[in-house]
Amino acid sequence: MNEMVITREQREARLEGMGCKRKRVEDVRFTQGRGNYVDDIKMPNMVHGDFVRSQYAHAKIVKIDASKAKALPGVIAVLTAEDLKPLGLHWMPTLAGDVQAVLADGKVCFQNQEIAFVVAENRYITDDAIQLIEVEYEELPVVVDPFQSMAPDAPVLRPDLDGKMTGAHGPRKHHNHIFEWTIGDQSATDLAFETADVTVKEMLSYHRTHPSPLETCQCLASFDKIKGELTVYGTFQAPHVIRTVASLLSKIPEHKIHVIAPDIGGGFGNKVGAYAGYICSIVATIVTGVPVKWVEDRMENLSTTSFARDYHMTTEIAATKDGKVTGLRVHVLADHGAFDACADPSKWPAGFMNIVTGSYDFPTAHLAVDGVYTNKAPGGVAYRCSFRVTEAAYCIERGMDILAQKLGMDPADLRLKNFIRREQFPYQSALGWEYDSGDYHTAMNKAMEAISYRALRAEQKAKQEAFRRGETREIMGIGVSFFTEIVGAGPSKNCDILGVAMFDSAEIRIHPTGSIIARMGSKSQGQGHETTWAQIIATELGIPADDIMIEEGNTDTAPYGLGTYGSRSTPVAGAAIAMAARKIKNKAQMIAAHLLEVSEYDLEWDIDGFRVKGNPERSKTMKEIAWASYNSPPPGLEPGLEAVNYYDPPNMTYPFGAYFCVMDIDVDTGVAKIRRFYALDDCGTRINPMIIEGQVHGGLTEAFAIAMGQEIKYDELGNVVGASFMDFFIPTAVETPHWETDHTVTPSPHHPIGAKGVGESPNVGGVPAFSNAVNDAFGFLGSTHIQMPHDAWRVWEAAKKLGVHA
Amino acid sequence: MIPGQFVYHRPASIAEAVAVLAAHGDEARPLSGGHSLIPMMKLRMATPEHLVDLAGISELKGISQQGQTIVIGAMTTQADLIKSDLLASALPIIRETSLQIADPQIRTKGTIGGNVANGDPGNDMPGLMQCLGATYHLSGASGERTVAARDFYQGAYFTSLDVGEILTSISIPVPPAGHGYAYEKLKRKIGDYATAATAVILTMADGKVATCSIALTNVSSTPLFAEEAAQLCLGTSLDAATLKAAGEAAKSISDPAADGRGTAEYRREMAGVVTARALAKAASRAMKGA
Repeated sequence: MNEMVITREQREARLEGMGCKRKRVEDVRFTQGRGNYVDDIKMPNMVHGDFVRSQYAHAKIVKIDASKAKALPGVIAVLTAEDLKPLGLHWMPTLAGDVQAVLADGKVCFQNQEIAFVVAENRYITDDAIQLIEVEYEELPVVVDPFQSMAPDAPVLRPDLDGKMTGAHGPRKHHNHIFEWTIGDQSATDLAFETADVTVKEMLSYHRTHPSPLETCQCLASFDKIKGELTVYGTFQAPHVIRTVASLLSKIPEHKIHVIAPDIGGGFGNKVGAYAGYICSIVATIVTGVPVKWVEDRMENLSTTSFARDYHMTTEIAATKDGKVTGLRVHVLADHGAFDACADPSKWPAGFMNIVTGSYDFPTAHLAVDGVYTNKAPGGVAYRCSFRVTEAAYCIERGMDILAQKLGMDPADLRLKNFIRREQFPYQSALGWEYDSGDYHTAMNKAMEAISYRALRAEQKAKQEAFRRGETREIMGIGVSFFTEIVGAGPSKNCDILGVAMFDSAEIRIHPTGSIIARMGSKSQGQGHETTWAQIIATELGIPADDIMIEEGNTDTAPYGLGTYGSRSTPVAGAAIAMAARKIKNKAQMIAAHLLEVSEYDLEWDIDGFRVKGNPERSKTMKEIAWASYNSPPPGLEPGLEAVNYYDPPNMTYPFGAYFCVMDIDVDTGVAKIRRFYALDDCGTRINPMIIEGQVHGGLTEAFAIAMGQEIKYDELGNVVGASFMDFFIPTAVETPHWETDHTVTPSPHHPIGAKGVGESPNVGGVPAFSNAVNDAFGFLGSTHIQMPHDAWRVWEAAKKLGVHA
Repeated sequence: MIPGQFVYHRPASIAEAVAVLAAHGDEARPLSGGHSLIPMMKLRMATPEHLVDLAGISELKGISQQGQTIVIGAMTTQADLIKSDLLASALPIIRETSLQIADPQIRTKGTIGGNVANGDPGNDMPGLMQCLGATYHLSGASGERTVAARDFYQGAYFTSLDVGEILTSISIPVPPAGHGYAYEKLKRKIGDYATAATAVILTMADGKVATCSIALTNVSSTPLFAEEAAQLCLGTSLDAATLKAAGEAAKSISDPAADGRGTAEYRREMAGVVTARALAKAASRAMKGA
């Protein structure tokens, strides 16, 4: 009888469905050290591989002498490009339509490039053997600065492309040029600038950095010669794509390749691509017949696999004298390193950089991107952002501040004046996107009120006067950032990776007792899918989330999907989950009608089951329906209760947010203290507010790191400097500011549950908020733009240039 | 990041450690907390064939007071220094400095002896020991000897310590009660070496500086005892002009390298800034203590 007194609210709460701050179920194992990561997996007879890497950024390889290494007891094999050549595996295709040397083929093009792969009985012997391999180099001139890469006399970095004046994305202008990508109406934009009251122009550099997940890239490959089957455990954000690529390269049929991504310790874009370590481990296991493990160390991770950013954006905005924007013109010089291994959808060599018009109603715009080769590591991944979206957001958000300064307008007011208005959605942007939904004014006004924006400006003014009077050596900056993201790649009409359309998938199976196993084509690296995917199903099907098990990452069992990056999981896989659940619900309704002896149309959904309209006492719970589906289905209806959905999204989703940073800078040391950081996010329907908050905290911490000092730096010889955690800035709890989070909810009109994705918004919106705060602090002293990263010494240099130390 | 092969020794006494070190000469290295040596070995920048772990030698541990001198055993960890009530009352600058070294995990392993003996200019304790006028006790095959901290450092990773010698303890004269002190360290983040740091010990009488000792960390290939800067402060009330002059004096002896912490120019300027700030803080503490 207890069942009868349970209220509807209690029934709903019991599900822990969408909107519930459900605790992360995966944390039970993670916080007890019981996760199962690649390096935890050990196989009988397993051996270890690692690389001999280039000392130089650009050199011919005259000779590789591995004789001493091969003579060392415990060494099993040493692979070089010569060994891979007969297999056709010494070069591999990149996601961007270029090729990349798996092992250096006669020459190296960046420091730490892979030259030889040593396989030995244990990691100690592997490393001993690496020390014994002698590589003779002939140094070549180096190109580090992308602005020098297309000089007429610049050295040829890629002789393998000699004479190929057309690349994967059209004509090449120079031997170190990769592509030019343009979009927008150039003549209309030029005209807007010719007739503008006010224009601004600034070269905004977004420096090279790295996603640096806690767990580096690694894999364990095992080839069974008897069955002809290959098993690869790896740190793969997109395991299915890795399986397809492995099959195409190795010629092993796809069904005989088992790719498994176990627990992953962070990805942030680092684990999307295919790396030499994977290929060499696979070749080595085929050659040696024993399982081969490859584990990157920290320096290898930071200096070889997948840098991010390195975009140099000449940004121009045209406006009327009262601050209405009339045109945007951006030219990007994109440093892609030695090989174009950007992880973008194949038709988008500059990612979705054309979201650069941001949240503003630009009547016209033009964007041109030139990709160039340099002697730096390849990569160009989307580090906690959708493809090049954080670069775009930085570009427009700095640009708007620079325009506000020129106009003498408040930067928040300038944004309010130029926002796309709520009634303009769906909005067609000047650079080709259809923004699905938004309510920017509401979000901005809420944020400004929450932080008492006008009062902060008044305080800043008083502090500036005190500084001028010599009463303080501290200046105050208020960073404003209003970003629009574009996530959820993506519709097959414009998104694919090497021809594989960017759908995603879910398979849901209800067991007879009403519990569920569900598998997806996405792959959590810490996002909490085991928690949130169950919440979507719980709400859709009325089964408690605790009775739902989520599995991802095993390509043998999970439906084919394109994986997790670019905030695509909720927009794409999340939609597939809802759609698969709805298929089940439709069948469940037929079964319930049969059980209740009414027509399907007489039933309505009620939290955890169906009830008869007008007679709510007569009902069947989903659990009862599940049992019946197997054991007493309606005549003629197939038994069982399961469904699969492959979801091809009709459009991207467009999360947005308003971020404010309040900063105090000590001009004598350049040290910046974050006094306050407020982040309002609108990611549409909120599946788990606690996970959203965690995502925002993590993304803001990375944004803080990037803006305030995190950098992959090269010296003039192409030596990568600071590629260890001694120098590479990972904030600890001590440095990390306190985050204030807030939200508005504007559901996506085309997504089945209205969700938009959130994991990457804080990185996209956060970086300009920090940078704008530093720039805002110095604006009253006559500065227009200070390049990132804003670590103490660079801030001090900026202060010095403005004469404040005199 | 995988070290080469080495033989591990764990002697139980100083005599035994000295004997093992003497037997293997250049091929052997003593190991204390390991937070400098082991990373170097993993990078194969250090490749000792014999590693002599001093962790099993109890006579190398502990903090004691002998008259007006405090003696700290070389294997005393930074965590022990932070926990010591004796140091907190007699030499609070040691606690203040220790709390700015690395992070809690590392401070549990890292030792004062390893910190001062390694000769790494980034380490915080060498400058502090110079400021405090500490003496190092060394033990080797040819017996025991002492070297003043101010005479110990000859270059980066190059000290007066002979091959086969180990640093066994440090003795520090206790500064007068009511002294002012400060260890002012500018760093990028927790765990980092100093961009620039300054240790100050001073006493005040009638509002004027009576005694003053200053040393600088990580702005040269060795720690720097800033004698001239300290001299400039004597007899002054540490007014703005004096602080500026002392900062300039500190800068003039600094010769930092450009690194991820900044340009050489910036780091030299910061030596001046942290010196002035350390002096001001030490003076205010001395005034409060008086």
